Amino acid sequence: MSGNEAIARGAYEAGVTVAAAYPGTPSTEILENMIEYKDCIYSEWAPNEKVATEVAIGASIGGARSLAAMKHVGVNVAADPIFTYAYLGVNAGFVLVTADDPSMHSSQNEQDNRYYAKFAKMALVEPSDSQECKDFLKEAYRVSEEFDTPVLFRVTTRICHSKSIVELGEREEVPFKPYVKNIPKYVCTPANAKLAHPRVEKRLEALEEYSNRSPLNKIEYNNKKIGIITSGIAYQYAKEVFGNDASYLKIGFSYPLPMKLIKEFSENVEELYVIEELEPFMEEQIKAAGIKCKGKELIPRIYELNPEIIANAMLDKVYETKKLEVEPVPRPPVLCPGCPHRGFFYTMSKKKNRVVTGDIGCYTLGASQPLEALDTCICMGAGFSAGMGISKAFEVSGRQGKVFGVVGDSTFFHSGITGAIDIVYNKGNMIPVVLDNRITGMTGHQENPGTGKTLMGEPTTEIDVVEVLKAIGYKTVKVVDPCDLKVMEDTVKEAEEATEPYAIVTKRPCVLIKGLPAPKTKCIVDRDKCKKCKMCLKVGCPAVFFKDGKSYIEQTMCVGCEVCMQVCKFDAIRKVGE
Amino acid sequence: MSTVKNILLVGVGGQGTILVSKVLTTGLMKAGYDVKMSEVHGMAQRGGSVTTQVRYGEKVYSPLIGKGMADILVAFEKMEAVRWIEYLKPDGIVVVNNYEIPSLPIAIGNAEYPQGIMEALKSNFRTIEIDAAKVATEVGNIRTQNIVLLGALVKAFGLTEVDWLEVLKDTIPEKMLDINVKAFNKGMEL
Repeated sequence: MSGNEAIARGAYEAGVTVAAAYPGTPSTEILENMIEYKDCIYSEWAPNEKVATEVAIGASIGGARSLAAMKHVGVNVAADPIFTYAYLGVNAGFVLVTADDPSMHSSQNEQDNRYYAKFAKMALVEPSDSQECKDFLKEAYRVSEEFDTPVLFRVTTRICHSKSIVELGEREEVPFKPYVKNIPKYVCTPANAKLAHPRVEKRLEALEEYSNRSPLNKIEYNNKKIGIITSGIAYQYAKEVFGNDASYLKIGFSYPLPMKLIKEFSENVEELYVIEELEPFMEEQIKAAGIKCKGKELIPRIYELNPEIIANAMLDKVYETKKLEVEPVPRPPVLCPGCPHRGFFYTMSKKKNRVVTGDIGCYTLGASQPLEALDTCICMGAGFSAGMGISKAFEVSGRQGKVFGVVGDSTFFHSGITGAIDIVYNKGNMIPVVLDNRITGMTGHQENPGTGKTLMGEPTTEIDVVEVLKAIGYKTVKVVDPCDLKVMEDTVKEAEEATEPYAIVTKRPCVLIKGLPAPKTKCIVDRDKCKKCKMCLKVGCPAVFFKDGKSYIEQTMCVGCEVCMQVCKFDAIRKVGE
Repeated sequence: MSTVKNILLVGVGGQGTILVSKVLTTGLMKAGYDVKMSEVHGMAQRGGSVTTQVRYGEKVYSPLIGKGMADILVAFEKMEAVRWIEYLKPDGIVVVNNYEIPSLPIAIGNAEYPQGIMEALKSNFRTIEIDAAKVATEVGNIRTQNIVLLGALVKAFGLTEVDWLEVLKDTIPEKMLDINVKAFNKGMEL
């Protein structure tokens, strides 16, 4: 099982009945696997992480054990309710899973979310493999209820996406907690919050006491010359390198830290090391307690670790490798052949002074060569709102030209809507563009409020992006097929001239959606007509490249979107297979 | 741990490395090994470079391997073999598909596909060159290249203690089973 599958299984065994999430690598498969247990767990894709967290918090108040899952940056979106719920305390157990991404395999930063536990004053659990993902989650729910605290369950890419053997258990049928109206506990007025804070401080003391005796924190004494305090995946790397040549204090319950246990361990080993991935979260606290140890002097605080890095840093061990004289060419991810986003970005790339503010999704790839048709990408939703800011800066500085802001359909529902409102409300000189490909693409095709289906597989109201934009106040909402380059260009020009609120929705499904009819036609190059002008290479399609001095279209990849055909000035590309 | 073996599978998004790692880990588990496998999702699905790491032995801790730690490198695409070669032990084995997929900088004319890869591999490592595309086409479906390579890996690494046909039966949809068994057997013969 992968760590994500094991978390879903753990939720099942722990008697969870409500789960909510917004997809984000590396967390997505947690909820995707949750539907395997749909007979006893209600699960949903929420429009964003804040909503997901609030749904799970509500369920916990309502008496059901609940779980919210998201990627590390999703926790930033959800931070507001988390901090408050840490003050209020739970009814039934509540666990928030944060899936961090050291090395930024699919993320914009590598923030270490363990600090959220300390910041919000809640319990923190860190499993180190799939078995622990399942088992520790059960303990997390017990802790949540016993200590009246939300629990942050922190995993990382290599936990989420590594598979290891898991022994399964039975589901524990947890009776629903009675719902009792309790205004002083659940209404966070200043007066109630003032009373809550001292309770939270007391709770931290009780949690530290628990941490010292928690089954999640374990000492393994071997050779006592070297003592290693470690947590999460770093434990596995340390074990790989040192085996039984070192003693370990393996921390699974990492906030509050078991300071008594750490002190005892430090007194029993000659040299103390802290091996943790990313930030010195434990090391800072251990050093602040006056315990001598070595950590980040040796172990890097950037990117993910592996056994080689640890062996190199601590034992000066260098693994021999052989280098070749051949250099590989980079292979960056690209928009797929037939991707509906290509037509839009090609259109925007034709005029270099067009400013396009982007967002998080497949369409971030609009920034790559050869299109290079994105100016910014900050976070979910900023495609509209950061564009609004740029347009205002241009307005006051007197720079001409409209800004185009881009979000996908799922991102529109996530946090694009508020930006779209801001543009109309505050009269922005910019055009919001929703690239609607009918699915949440980058994370691997999850349903969203615009697809007409829920995570549980039920049909539901399909929320219409166009109607939403109209209701906000856009006088014109132009719906176009982005692969029709003439229409796309005319629409962009019309938008540039528009004097009233104007929005564009490009509508064409992602080519990878399962069950779509297979393409009837493909494109091929008429080699006699090809003049080697390389115009077709400018659309950046992986199926189109130069072979033996002329343009060539790889037939196993082409899906017949005809974008390349439209840019060829010599009619050298034609359709086949009708 | 010297008893743990490390397999590194590399290729291009869409080539089916994940299915191979699934078959491989299922087989190794059936043979009674402790197995860990690590892969990266997300951006890699969009035609980028992909890797899967498989480690097995009596007890496996780390799911990841570092540079100079792989016993065998299976490259589903030629240039990817070069990209990941530093992860191979100096006495490790390379199974390489003699198949080129140009990456975007090459496709748009900003770079040339590197020449002399096979020669460089062969002069440095024990290299097994496979023309998986040709074999897969002969078998009847070019998409079975991945299973041809699995067969070659099993043979090169001597993993014959596992009943692979049984494993294929458990992991591959019935419709596609026959052709994949053929591809696997062809890979074993090479």
